[in-house]
Amino acid sequence: MSNLEKYDEAFRDSLKLNGDIALDELEYRKIKLWDSIGHMTLISSLENAFDIEIETNDVINFSSYKKGKQILKKYGVEI
Amino acid sequence: MLFDLECRNSNTALITEEKEMTYRQLMTLSTTIANAVDERQLIFLFCTNSRESVAAYVGFMNRGIVPAMIDSALDTELASRLIEIYRPAYLFLPKNLRESFAAYEETFRIRNYILLSTSEKNFYPLNDELALLMTISGSTGSPKFVRQTYKNIQANTTAIIEYLNIDERDRAITNLPMNYVYGLSVLNTHLWAGASIVVTDKTLFQKEFWSLMRDKAITNFNGVPYTFEMLKRLRFFKMELPALKKITQAGGKLDPELHLKFAEYAERNGKKFFVMYGAAEATARMGYLPAEKSLQKIGSMGIAIPGGKFELIDNNGQAVETVDTIGELIYYGSNVSMGYAESGEDLSLGDERHGRLETGDLAKRDAEGYYTIVGRKKRFLKMFGKRVNLQEVEHLLRNKFDLLDVACGGKDDKLTVFITQENVDTELITYLSAKLNLHPSAFSVKVLSAIPKNSSGKIIYGELEKLQ
Repeated sequence: MSNLEKYDEAFRDSLKLNGDIALDELEYRKIKLWDSIGHMTLISSLENAFDIEIETNDVINFSSYKKGKQILKKYGVEI
Repeated sequence: MLFDLECRNSNTALITEEKEMTYRQLMTLSTTIANAVDERQLIFLFCTNSRESVAAYVGFMNRGIVPAMIDSALDTELASRLIEIYRPAYLFLPKNLRESFAAYEETFRIRNYILLSTSEKNFYPLNDELALLMTISGSTGSPKFVRQTYKNIQANTTAIIEYLNIDERDRAITNLPMNYVYGLSVLNTHLWAGASIVVTDKTLFQKEFWSLMRDKAITNFNGVPYTFEMLKRLRFFKMELPALKKITQAGGKLDPELHLKFAEYAERNGKKFFVMYGAAEATARMGYLPAEKSLQKIGSMGIAIPGGKFELIDNNGQAVETVDTIGELIYYGSNVSMGYAESGEDLSLGDERHGRLETGDLAKRDAEGYYTIVGRKKRFLKMFGKRVNLQEVEHLLRNKFDLLDVACGGKDDKLTVFITQENVDTELITYLSAKLNLHPSAFSVKVLSAIPKNSSGKIIYGELEKLQ
């Protein structure tokens, strides 16, 4: 699986998203499914998927699908 | 007048990202809102963490207008059903909910909030003591409210102020909703004591929240068990928060390991950590573990609040006198609410509890008089601080789906549905998530060949517990 596929899967699985939702537009708290509980699950599954440990500042800056891609770069994960 | 705002005058009451508001200004705003409602009537207050919502609450309480505190994220269908059942005179709600209640006439507007008149003529009479209505399992669609009195609120507020030692120098932040008794008790205590509150709708996972924590020098932080899971995830123990003095926890039993971690953190950093215990039926608070005992009494929720009393009773209703013996926890105090309302007629009911509450929790008491919750008599879970009645969930599922058999179990923050059919799990989780207003990841479905039952056909829930 490519990094993009893993990244998308983490979003779909942990936020329980429907197949037809446009991931590119996703922002924290803009949809009901990406709430604090969803965020906790999402961060954990990204950490597991890429075997990284995301720092506090990045957890609270991870405010959108797009922003998340930039953040993961810091951890050597190119998406 | 419940809140004496005038005596606090130029103290800061509410702080938002943009602005500060003194007690005098809060009084003006709250009076303006309350004056738009003519007399003592029932009003649905759709709560948000905003100045208008807080000011409306304060104004209504001071004017004897009875608010039902509604979650502004409540499903429109459920809200409409509540309106039908209770016939409020007005709805006070955020502008963005206007469309959902298009039939009602707007009679007043203040910033992001509007007042809608239901044009109801046929009101239900309100008991003289009734101050406000709080939802408990409103989330499962049950139209049940707790009926709290002015005396309840006064008693509970002053007791909490006493044991948390809240004064004008204290400052809290609204990370809990005000339609939730714990969140409301934070507002009540701080406004009563002339302290200040940072009003924000930001969450722990937004950097603005932490900027407010630091820049506005928050001294008191309050959370439910899940909040502490989030804090751990955010490596809270490494954060620099010099202004922070008190951390309180309520809304369900905190995992003992987390209790220990936060107690140690508090000890190391010169802060106070309070584990507490309560319920909407007792206004908010019943017990607390004094901060200086938090390291010694891991897992315990402490002693009764000032003015209150705990007792344990056995299955025959007899008081349990021996130490470390499990019984049902009974609470006595003037913060015990009058009872429930399940229909509009119930709003005229008087006090049905007379200061005594059977909590439904099983507890034990140690030799020094400290209580530990060990289980529940009734079948419910605490989901992110909210109570969810498992029997009601089973009922919802049976009504909605064509299920051969269903049983609910699980643990706090994780509800498990046991069924005997394949391929309905996604549909079922989507439905529950919407109905209970909880994230779908909080639910799981387990398919069994049969739900374990005894010879008389009753579900053996103990067996289900082992299957999780």
